[in-house]
Amino acid sequence: MATALMTTPTQMPADSPPCAWVERLRADGPERQAAVAELHGLLLKAARFEIGRRGAEVRHLRGGDQEDLAQQAADDALMAVLRKLDSFRGESRFTTWAYKFALLEAAVKVRRRAWQGREVPLEEEAWEALADAGAGTERPVEEAELFAALRGEIERSLSPRQREVLVAVALNDVPIDVLAERLGSTRGALYKNLHDARRKLRRALAARGFPFGAGGEEEL
Amino acid sequence: MKHDELLGRVLGPGTQELTCEQCFEELDRYVELEVAGEPADERVPGMRAHLEGCPACAEDFRSLRDLVAGEQER
Repeated sequence: MATALMTTPTQMPADSPPCAWVERLRADGPERQAAVAELHGLLLKAARFEIGRRGAEVRHLRGGDQEDLAQQAADDALMAVLRKLDSFRGESRFTTWAYKFALLEAAVKVRRRAWQGREVPLEEEAWEALADAGAGTERPVEEAELFAALRGEIERSLSPRQREVLVAVALNDVPIDVLAERLGSTRGALYKNLHDARRKLRRALAARGFPFGAGGEEEL
Repeated sequence: MKHDELLGRVLGPGTQELTCEQCFEELDRYVELEVAGEPADERVPGMRAHLEGCPACAEDFRSLRDLVAGEQER
């Protein structure tokens, strides 16, 4: 990881009390059971919150299906939280840390459900957006040249995988988690493809005189 | 789609950024700093650029921020 991206840890006082949540979840017997049940309730609340704010994407789901999705997300998030308990550093409240797992699980499930049975759009459809952007008599010549160059570099400079990810995620609004599932990959791996593609395009455009430097970007 | 938005989507933020994994790791701390009005971008460099470049992580960020901020209001 680039040194410049090393984040600054929040300073915790040396006598900071241990997290009560972590202690309860590491306890035995009824105390742990109670903590797990309470945590599941919080995760379910977060999952319902996420599903509720994605109204358009879940419109086709009946209320019972939405609740099933929330329950599944909370169950999976609970497993993830318990598995990663040792990695909780106490740099935020425990509940904020735990919520992010439930929100992620719920969001990924909703995105995948919304795209179930849908084809990922073809590359050709995305070219229309770039062609439209460069066309039109009212457009400055430089802008038309930029979009023509951009399209050329997408075709010429990128690997097939980089082009596939860039076109799907950046132009066709395919959620990266959906694409990852279809390609048997992960969000992180596909984002690296996207990042590398963008870096190549910036450099190629800069080499052709367009004002897009690589901006000191380093590899992810 | 506006041209600037189209270019932003295709070319990304163009500055150093976190990975998706690093983003998820730092998300809770970043959100609490932001909700508290602290200099979150200064404390977690590379996060803002990643959120500009990654639509999925940006959605995760907005959800956690709104959930946490909503709880604090109550």
